[in-house]
Amino acid sequence: MDLRYTPDEIAFRDDLRKFFRNEIPLSIRRKVSEGRALAREDYVTSQRILHAKGLATPNWPVAWGGQDWTPVQRYIYVEELQAAAVPQPLGFNVNMVGPVIATFGSEAHKQRFLPSTANLDIWWAQGFSEPGAGSDLASLKTTARREGDEFIVNGQKTWTTLGQYADWIFCLVRTDSTVKKQAGISFILIDMKTPGITLRPIITIDGGHEVNEVFFDEVRVPAENLVGELNKGWDYAKFLLSNERIGIARIGMTKERLARVKRLAQDTPAGEGMVWDDPDFRRRLAWSEIELKALEITQMRVVAAQRGRASDKPDPSSSILKIKGSEIQQASTQLLVDVAGPYAMPRPDRDEEGLNLPSVGPDWADAAAPLFFNYRKVSIYGGSNEIQRNIIAKAFLGL
Amino acid sequence: MDFDLTDEQRMLSDSIRRLVSDAYDDFEKRKAYRAEPRGYAESNWQKFAEMGLLGLPFSEDDGGFGGGPVETMLVCEQFGRGLVVEPYLATVVLGGGLLKRAGNAAQRAELIPAIAEGTLTLAFAHQERQARHDLHDVATTATRNADGYVLNGAKGVVLHGDSADRLIVSARTAGGRRDRDGISLFLLDPATAGVTRRGYATQDGLRAAEVVLENVTVPADALLGAEGAALPLIEQVVDEAQAAICAEALGAMEVLRDLTVDYLKQRTQFGQAIGNFQALQHRAADMLVATEQARSMAMYAAMMVQEADPTARRTALSAAKALVAKNADLLGKDAIQLHGGIAVTEEYKAGHYFKRLTMLAGLFGDVDHHLRVVVAAGGLPEAA
Repeated sequence: MDLRYTPDEIAFRDDLRKFFRNEIPLSIRRKVSEGRALAREDYVTSQRILHAKGLATPNWPVAWGGQDWTPVQRYIYVEELQAAAVPQPLGFNVNMVGPVIATFGSEAHKQRFLPSTANLDIWWAQGFSEPGAGSDLASLKTTARREGDEFIVNGQKTWTTLGQYADWIFCLVRTDSTVKKQAGISFILIDMKTPGITLRPIITIDGGHEVNEVFFDEVRVPAENLVGELNKGWDYAKFLLSNERIGIARIGMTKERLARVKRLAQDTPAGEGMVWDDPDFRRRLAWSEIELKALEITQMRVVAAQRGRASDKPDPSSSILKIKGSEIQQASTQLLVDVAGPYAMPRPDRDEEGLNLPSVGPDWADAAAPLFFNYRKVSIYGGSNEIQRNIIAKAFLGL
Repeated sequence: MDFDLTDEQRMLSDSIRRLVSDAYDDFEKRKAYRAEPRGYAESNWQKFAEMGLLGLPFSEDDGGFGGGPVETMLVCEQFGRGLVVEPYLATVVLGGGLLKRAGNAAQRAELIPAIAEGTLTLAFAHQERQARHDLHDVATTATRNADGYVLNGAKGVVLHGDSADRLIVSARTAGGRRDRDGISLFLLDPATAGVTRRGYATQDGLRAAEVVLENVTVPADALLGAEGAALPLIEQVVDEAQAAICAEALGAMEVLRDLTVDYLKQRTQFGQAIGNFQALQHRAADMLVATEQARSMAMYAAMMVQEADPTARRTALSAAKALVAKNADLLGKDAIQLHGGIAVTEEYKAGHYFKRLTMLAGLFGDVDHHLRVVVAAGGLPEAA
């Protein structure tokens, strides 16, 4: 038992650290660090730099641009990426549709989609949730009926993150309503330019435009866009959702944020001293650090346990990482609001860069409260924390 | 980075598990052990000796087996599972930890083989009433005279101090009550004139003692380690004890969690197992989260206790203890609540686990104390 990295692992880490900090533009990393919205171009620029180095899709099959890394190397990659405030390669492309196509898609799908998906030439959106199908995703109602060489899609998807930038959307659609709800779902790829698709922004409480509703009205989709077998979409969805085990807790990112909270607290005046001098604040910060350290080791244990066994089985650790990871992420954004103090209040207009210059108060402070508001999402999405507790109770405690 | 046990460590863990589940399979046995003259089972102590557990952390040159913090963690985790009452922490971790580092060749040769054979137990008489959790707060004095030293003072809640064959006593040879310098350690035979011991049971079924020292004369060679320089050593050994406590609490937490989950499956109300109710399922799920996080911090403690920089080591151990103690408290209370009335009865196991966890959580500093240590250090040390 040894927490330390081997010399090879340290060399691997240092190479990545240098690359991320030298090659990804500081202007982009600064936005990530401050929790500000990124422009489409920021994602594209960053992902293409990573992809040119083979660092956008390390978890894909090696034949399609993946890396033959150990679990520890994969872990270090995610940690360092987040610690350097590099935008994560677009999850819809890299962690979701890419692996599904690589695993279940036809050869033609792979040739057509995988290279452009890796390079973010195609921007994918996720069409899973519906107004009536959230935690109970399998009750989804968007239908696809077969007519000749096409599927005709009708229905509504929602919470479509960054759908405003999307070129394509991968959707779960109902192709058989006469069977058990999980058994009548298919996984289909739809070009967002197809007639009959309407996208409507949803503005969230932080003022951001991150999510959308997508309406499908008699949308004609070539039958060849079906991935895998008809009515097997639920299996592919489960595969997809279990795919982001490393990184779901965003430990590297929270570490970076807590370090930032510390720096800002040391620099922010509070009466006779600084915010940092307030013992109650320091205690809350210490708790976040302690919980994060425990979670980091929990995550390392998961990584270590993955060596030499298939990783597509559910595992209580992914639910633990989700629950604790989201709680600590939320706590870290709250600490930031507390450091900002009165200057958490101003909500000035932003320029097109998303920056507020000249600033009202400290130049970071106006982003604090929106980030805190925005981060309420992390205990809701990806299977709410209550759903995670259901999973733990049923699958691991046998209740 | 490596979280695997070696084959030897796995075998060690398995054999302790068998030994503990054999000796502690029936809860009535534990009651009987506690009723023995020393407050624990001599027969168990001999079995530990035969298995090599009592010589585990000592070097092979001293007659031990050269085990490290991971081995201690494995032992204490299993002891936690069984609610073992024997004085392992007092004799091997605390007493042995001080002796192996501070003892000279003659002291080690006299005592370590006897500890390993199970014929000699130790207790660390350090705590004083006014000190609470401050390890440097020592009022007991040791005054030099022609033949050696004269000890005066009062020590409290000395774990297994009533039955220990030797005490290791901390006392001031210089400085004021709260100075870091000037603390020394002495080996003391409790039969020496002027030593009064008042033994008692602890809330969790173990033993402790109040020790009063009135003009107790010890020879010069009773000094353990360098005069006046014991505090860094005491801090290190108490950190090792914290790592052991984290492991012991983890073992107890896991058993209590499993006991609770089993109960949820068996107990029926409203015509069904109460484990069908989501309000209870979610609390059980939180118990799993709490134990997994505690396991991670128990491992962190075992690894960081070897850290060379004392400030980094102390901060890390305080972080580990704070989290384990907090989770032990949450889990213990949830276990009682989910069981309902049965758990507050003397005859059922759950309450005893709860009591042990409560006492372990406070031993050598409670959550608030350890959080203060982390806060004072400005946060956790960065791993290399």
